[in-house]
Amino acid sequence: MSEKSNESSTRRDFLKASSVVAAGAGVLGNLSFASQAFAAGDDTIRVGLIGAGGRGRGAASQALSTEGNIKLVAIADAFSDRLEDGLTHINGQMQKNKTPERVDIAEENKFVGFDAYQKVLDSDVDVVILATPPGFRPIHFEAAVNADKHVFMEKPVATDAPGVRKVLAAAQAAKQKNLAVGVGLQRHHQKPYLELVDRVHNGAIGDIVAMRVYWNGGGVWDPRRTREECSGEMEYQMRNWYYYTWLCGDHIVEQHIHNLDVGNWLMKANPATGEGYPVSASGMGGRQVRTDKKYGEIFDHHAVEYVYDNGTRMYSQCRHMPGCPGNVTEHAHGTKGVVHLGGRDYSIEGENNTKFKGKYRDPYQVEHDQLFAAIRSGTPYSEAERGAYSTLTAIIGRLATYSGKEIKWNQALNSEISLMPETYAWDAAPPTLPNEHGEYQIAHPGLTKVV
Amino acid sequence: MNLPTTLCRLAGSRQVHCRSRNVSTILSRLMRVQSPSAWSFLIAAVVTLNVLTAANAADKETAAADAKTEKEMKPYKQTITGTDVTFEMLPIPGGTYTMGSPEDEADRYKDESPQREVKIEPFWMGKCEVTWDEYDIWSFSLDQKIRKIRGVDPTERDKKADAVTRPTPPYTDMTFSMGHDGFPAICMTQLAAKTYCKWLSEKTGHYYRLPTEAEWEYACRAGTTTAFSFGDDPEKIGDYAWYGDNSDDQYQKVGKKKPNPWGLHDMHGNVNEWVLDQYQETYPAPDKSVQGPLLGPLVVATELYPRVVRGGSWEDDPADARSATRRGSEEDWKYQDPQIPQSVWYHTDALFVGFRVVRPLRVPNDKERAELKLDAKKVVNQR
Repeated sequence: MSEKSNESSTRRDFLKASSVVAAGAGVLGNLSFASQAFAAGDDTIRVGLIGAGGRGRGAASQALSTEGNIKLVAIADAFSDRLEDGLTHINGQMQKNKTPERVDIAEENKFVGFDAYQKVLDSDVDVVILATPPGFRPIHFEAAVNADKHVFMEKPVATDAPGVRKVLAAAQAAKQKNLAVGVGLQRHHQKPYLELVDRVHNGAIGDIVAMRVYWNGGGVWDPRRTREECSGEMEYQMRNWYYYTWLCGDHIVEQHIHNLDVGNWLMKANPATGEGYPVSASGMGGRQVRTDKKYGEIFDHHAVEYVYDNGTRMYSQCRHMPGCPGNVTEHAHGTKGVVHLGGRDYSIEGENNTKFKGKYRDPYQVEHDQLFAAIRSGTPYSEAERGAYSTLTAIIGRLATYSGKEIKWNQALNSEISLMPETYAWDAAPPTLPNEHGEYQIAHPGLTKVV
Repeated sequence: MNLPTTLCRLAGSRQVHCRSRNVSTILSRLMRVQSPSAWSFLIAAVVTLNVLTAANAADKETAAADAKTEKEMKPYKQTITGTDVTFEMLPIPGGTYTMGSPEDEADRYKDESPQREVKIEPFWMGKCEVTWDEYDIWSFSLDQKIRKIRGVDPTERDKKADAVTRPTPPYTDMTFSMGHDGFPAICMTQLAAKTYCKWLSEKTGHYYRLPTEAEWEYACRAGTTTAFSFGDDPEKIGDYAWYGDNSDDQYQKVGKKKPNPWGLHDMHGNVNEWVLDQYQETYPAPDKSVQGPLLGPLVVATELYPRVVRGGSWEDDPADARSATRRGSEEDWKYQDPQIPQSVWYHTDALFVGFRVVRPLRVPNDKERAELKLDAKKVVNQR
C-alpha cells in the first residue's frame, strides 16, 4: 500500500511488522547448523506428516518455514482423498513461500490407512508431525519414540487416562534418547502470555486465590459426511471425528485444554514432577442446542470447578452455542490484582497495573522455530509431559461433567477405562455404536460410570 | 386497518362504552372490567393490538422502503424477517463530488490522488455499521434455528435465503471478548461481507450490496470537502469517532458518536469498512475496467489482495480515519488462522475490519451485476 508517514504508531502495523519477521531470518542466527547431521547425511531435516487434515497441513507448513534445510518427505492419512488434498495445500503454501523444493514426497512415501503412521516412521525421516484426531496420539507418539524420531504433536495428546499414561511413559523414553518433543499449546510461545505469566510468577498479583478460564464459541465444523457416504460406522465416525469422545475427547478436551493449560501454568504446576496440578474437579454439562443425532455423542457445554492442592479454585466454562457471546480468555485473581489473558486484553489490574502493548510473532510459527532450532542444536526439548498433564486436566473435567461426580486427579490418572477400539480396521466396531435410529448413548450424569 | 375502530368494535359487544379514538384510553376502560370473560376478551384485545401494531409498522416500513424515485426516498427501518432484529437505512441523494484529497491536506497519503470528479446515483446506506446481532443471524443460521424452535414454515423468501451459503463456524471467538450485542461485526473477509449482502437481499426482498469506494467516500463526506466530515481539525475527532486515543483498545457499540451531516454514524473510526473495489496505489485513469458514471469509478476486483477498506478504526490515528484515507487488505490479516486451507470466511487478525450495506435506488440488471462483480459469487464452503 501507499507510503504512510505515521505508520509505526498503529497496532495493526505491529502485526504487519511482526509477520514479516516470522517469514524471514532473525531469531535463530546464533545457532550452529553444521553441527548436526540428519538422515540425509547433511543438515537437511527430513519431516514426515501423520494426519493431513487442516491442522496437520498448517503444522507441516510451519515446520517447513523454519530456518535451514528442511524437506517434507513422507505423508500419511487414514483417507487417500484427505492425503492428496492435504498435499496439494501444503504444496500451495510452499509455492507461495517460494520454497516449493521443501516438499519432496515420492509416490511410495504416501501411506493410507490405520497403519500408515508406522510406514512413515519406518521411512527415512528425522521428525514426525502427529496431527491425526487426538485419540490416536498415544499410540502414534509411543511408536515415534520407539522409532527414535523427534516429534511435533498437536494437543490434546490423548482422550483417556490410559492414553495419558502411555504418553507420559513415552515422554520419559524420549528424554533418555534425547529426542525433542514439541506440543501445540502455542500460548507458551506467545509473547504476551510469556511476559504476563512471568510477572504473575514474580508476584505481580500476589497470591492467586481464584482463576476463570473460558472457551465459549459457536462450535466447529458440522459433520462432513453422512452415513450413506461412508463405507460403515468406523469411517463415519472417523470422517466426523469431532463428535466422538474416543477420537476427540469432547470439546472440553479438544479446545478448552488451551485455557486449562494456562491455569496450570499460572499455578506453576510442574510437568517434570507432575506436582501442582488440580487435585479434583466437579461440574456439570450437557447437550442443549446441538441435539441432532448427527452430532454424535459429545456435549455442547461444560462448566467445571477445579481445586488445586492449596485450595485455589479454577472456574472453567466451555460452550459450543452459536449466537451466544464468545469468550476465549483466562483470568487469575490474586491478593494484589487480576491478570487478564487472551482476547484483546493482556493486562494486569491492581497494585502493578500493566498492559501488554508490544508486538508479537505468530505463536504457531514460533513454536516450530524453537522446536526445530533445538533439534538442530541437540538441545533438550520436552513439552510432552506438560501436554499430557494439561490433557488430563481437561479429561477430568469431562469425567466430572459426564458423571456428575467429583473426580480426583489420581483416581482419573489411574483409571483403567479405555475409550479406544480393540481393533483398528474399517470393518471393526468403534467403541461407541448408535441404535437403529442412528442415535448414540449420551453420557448421563448420575448414571454414567467414568473411572 | 384502523386500530381504534377495530378495538371499539370488539369492545362494543362486551358493553365497554368508549368513544375515544385513543387506543390506550380504550384499553384502560377495558382494564376496569372485572368479569372473567371480559378478561379473556382483554387478553384477546391486547394480542390483536400487538398484531395490528406490528402490521401497521410493517406497512410503514414497506412504504418507506418501496420508493421508486429519488424524491420518495426516506429513512426506513429494515426488519430481518423472522427475527426481531432491525437496522436503519438512510437515503443518500445522488450528486457529484470530488473524490480523493487535495495535495495540501494535512497528513494525507499519496494513494488519495489524483482527485477526480465523480457522479453518484442515489442509494440508501446503513445508518450504522452491520452489528453482530444482524450478522450472526446469517453466519450461524439463527433464522433457521428460530423457525425450528417456533415450528414455523419457511416463506418463499426464506427458502431463497436458505440457499445462500453460510460460513463454516469460526475456530475461535471472533468478538475477541470485545462485546457482541450492538457492536460491529468484524474479522469477515470481503467474500463473507458480500455473501451476507446476498443473503440479506434474498431475505428481505430488497437489493443490498457493499458500497463502491466512490459511494462510500461520497456518503462519508456528506457534502463536505474538508479532511473529516466535521471539518479539518483532528482535535475534534473524539466527538465523532472511536479511534486510537479514546477507544480503550477495542471496538465500541455502533451509533454512539455524533453522526455526519447526512446522519451516518461511525464513518470515521470504530471499524474500517469493506467496499467493492480492488485497491490500487493511485486512482487509475478512466479505462474499460473503471466504470462511470453509472456507479462511479468502480475498480472491478480481479485479485484477492489488496481490496479496499475505508474509514479508519478503533486502533487508528485521526489521520487514518479521514474521509479520503484508504487501506488495502493483506494476506497477513489471517496469519493466525492455524489451519490450511485458511478459511475463506474469516480474517482472524483483522479485528479492525467490518462493513455497512447500501441499497441502490436503481437495482442493477443481471449483466451489470456480473460485469461489475457486485455480488458474491457462489462459493464452495471451505473449512
